[in-house]
Amino acid sequence: MFKVLDSAVPVACWSCSIGHNDSTLFCPHCSKIQPPPGGDYFSVFGLEPQLELDLTALENEFHRLSRKLHPDRFVRALDNERQWSLADTALLNNAYRTLKDPIHRTEYLLKLEGAEIGEQHSGKNRPANGKDVSRVPADLLEEVFDLNMQLEEMRMARKTGDEDPELQASLQAAKKKFDGLLEVVDKDLRAEWKAWDAGDEAARKAGEKRMVALLDRRRYLSNLVRDVTETLGA
Amino acid sequence: MAEGRVVGIDLGTTNSLVAYMQGDAPVVIPGADGTNLVPSVVALDPMKPGGGRPTVTVGNSARKALIQTPERVIYSVKRLMGRGLEEIHDELKLFPFRLAGDVEAGEVPRIQLGELKFTPPEISAYVLRQLKRNAERFFGSPVTQAVITVPAYFNDAQRQATKDAGRMAGLDVLRLVNEPTAAALAYGLDRSKVGTIAVYDLGGGTFDISILKLKDGIFEVQSTNGDTHLGGDDIDNLLLAIALDEIYAEHGVDLRTHPGAVQALRKAAIDAKIRLSTEDVARFDIELPNGDRYQREIPRGVFELLIEPVLERTVGPCNQAIADAGITPEQIDEVVLVGGSTRIPAVRQLVDNLFHLAARGKKPHIELNPDEVVALGAAVQADILAGASKTTEEMLLLDVTPLSLGIEALGGTVARIIQRNSTIPASATEHFTTGVDGQTNVAIHVVQGERELAADCRSLARFDLKGIPPMSAGLPRIEVKFLIDADGILKISAREQRSGKAAQIEVKPTYGLTDEQVESMILESFDHAEDDFAKRLLIEARNEAETILTAVERAPGSPAWKQLSGEEHAAIAAARDRLNAVKLGTDLAAIHNATVALDEVTRRFAELMMEDAVSTAIRGKTMEAAGEELGEAVTAPHAMAAAEFK
Repeated sequence: MFKVLDSAVPVACWSCSIGHNDSTLFCPHCSKIQPPPGGDYFSVFGLEPQLELDLTALENEFHRLSRKLHPDRFVRALDNERQWSLADTALLNNAYRTLKDPIHRTEYLLKLEGAEIGEQHSGKNRPANGKDVSRVPADLLEEVFDLNMQLEEMRMARKTGDEDPELQASLQAAKKKFDGLLEVVDKDLRAEWKAWDAGDEAARKAGEKRMVALLDRRRYLSNLVRDVTETLGA
Repeated sequence: MAEGRVVGIDLGTTNSLVAYMQGDAPVVIPGADGTNLVPSVVALDPMKPGGGRPTVTVGNSARKALIQTPERVIYSVKRLMGRGLEEIHDELKLFPFRLAGDVEAGEVPRIQLGELKFTPPEISAYVLRQLKRNAERFFGSPVTQAVITVPAYFNDAQRQATKDAGRMAGLDVLRLVNEPTAAALAYGLDRSKVGTIAVYDLGGGTFDISILKLKDGIFEVQSTNGDTHLGGDDIDNLLLAIALDEIYAEHGVDLRTHPGAVQALRKAAIDAKIRLSTEDVARFDIELPNGDRYQREIPRGVFELLIEPVLERTVGPCNQAIADAGITPEQIDEVVLVGGSTRIPAVRQLVDNLFHLAARGKKPHIELNPDEVVALGAAVQADILAGASKTTEEMLLLDVTPLSLGIEALGGTVARIIQRNSTIPASATEHFTTGVDGQTNVAIHVVQGERELAADCRSLARFDLKGIPPMSAGLPRIEVKFLIDADGILKISAREQRSGKAAQIEVKPTYGLTDEQVESMILESFDHAEDDFAKRLLIEARNEAETILTAVERAPGSPAWKQLSGEEHAAIAAARDRLNAVKLGTDLAAIHNATVALDEVTRRFAELMMEDAVSTAIRGKTMEAAGEELGEAVTAPHAMAAAEFK
């Protein structure tokens, strides 16, 4: 959205004074390190925003840039170069961490496109009991209700030291079912990625809505699976 | 290059080493006595201070003082680095050291060593200075830049304390490197290696597990985990506890009241532990103060049963690291063993089971000396930083932060802003605002750890965003940038965006020294280094004489005095008179000998006094007493963990 504006800002290199656009880590003229550029995570790797990525190529580029940017390479450089190396490498690391994980990458791109994403980080804002009733997908309401009852029963049984093989088997079955549903979500997401990368503006907007819903569903399902796994393994 | 050499230092719990890159291979720099290991033991010379500081000895000579003057010796100080008074609670019970009497909550604890007090970074600085001197002696030129290793699982405060120690020792610490990662560097000099490796590092006082991916000279840490209070020390403690209990049961002698004897027994326990790595049985044979002998055989099977719970504590961190790396044990191509404790066959068996090595026809890497491999790796990293060598020009270490960084949110929960195992440097930007109209301050509490509640995490710093322009509640927008640098240390900066004014930040570290404190400690330890040696010795000898004479003068007022026999009273009086007669002369040896003689005849009195003090004192308590006072019964024995006795 603001990308065009950002990358159009002309900046003069601190070292050679020749102007360059703001989204570069190194001066194209004198190759000196520059302050953190204003672009998005994709532009750090010289990429357009996209959802399907070649992870090997991404890793290779991450390593190539790390070799050039890392503070280890600037131990005896000027103070400002050392600071920029630190800031640039932090940006590079944050970008790589976000883009290499397909779910984080999708969330990031959707946010970039202005979508509202429920939970930004796993762990952050996570309800203490792992439940999030407001977001229960409609088709799962009944099953989730039953599952939560069983989970509660299981925890009680654990506390009193009772073993209930039937309950355990039922929870195992539920876990398997939700694992299966997760796989379906992931498959749907992969299809959306392809479509977004190839689509025009209108197709993208429609796809973004569907992806937000899929991510919500996915987050909900993985919380469930985690709860079941934790309870079974406790 | 004008800057000279960069050395690599392994600042260990038990032993420390300094190494450098000689051509294309790292080598350990030996000390003047020809040994590579410098025991991380610091002793205050028996001579008491004159105008200047008393002489401090480090290493093997300090270790020898452990049995004669345990109250003037400190070891395993790494366990106390970067920790608060409340936090060292458990540690207090295990060490014979005394906490300075005037330490207040929130301060960096100071250890009473003889008549002086030291913070843990100051003690570590003495060890570092010794290593620096060893290197300077070896090169014949000054050494001012170093890479120092830390346990991967060290938190922010522990890392900062280590850096402070380096500064106090006159070293520019170019980088802190995680120990397991350093070990991987030492093993990975052959850059053709590709694959996933796990480094299992069980040292004297800390345990780390790191999983790395190697590719074309890039060492990319995937995950790390550990326990900064788990190591060979804990094994020594178990053996020692058994011996102390048995001696008490069989001979009616409670050695816990004899610090010197406990140290001697500790040495025997460590010897036994080391022998059990190669032999089926080890033997205790100790002469007790009452002339009895304590003799005991420990078969390896018994030893292994005994230490099983300690070793078992390494399993959880390993499994977590494997899970965090998103792999299975089968995907780990190589396992590297680091730390003296990995010489124990039971540890190797455990590692084999954890990573399914034998089942896959693999063996852990033990080719490099587990005591030296970390220092060798530090030398490799030093060479990378120096940046002038063909051998390491393609190598780069990408490490991670071991603990998540978070901010205390409403209700005491933690909002995580940087996840554990994020590659460092890593940064996060958060926005804060005000809750009340006209508010000009916002208080922020930064924590480190994986728990849901801030109270269960490690408090890193509290800071105040100050000078916010008065506006309606919720209107100011303060951007705070958190940056974990390549040393794993947090840096914070902030600015108010609506007014464009840079907000002032005052960061108060929860644990740790301020810059000014570090500066003053640098001066203190160097001020008196160049004093006239002979003159200083004489002043010190006289001072020592005065100290003990004053104590004897006051003795008759003490309850302990009444427990002494008439003969003892007479012996003390005679020794006192002899010392009085020589103390103003210039015969150093005569003063020294007379002081030692008076010290000898008053030893039982001092012990009786000490017992009284331990049971009653509120201030100037022994660490053990302090541990008790903090609310938990003392179950562990005195003592522990020093240098490795060979």
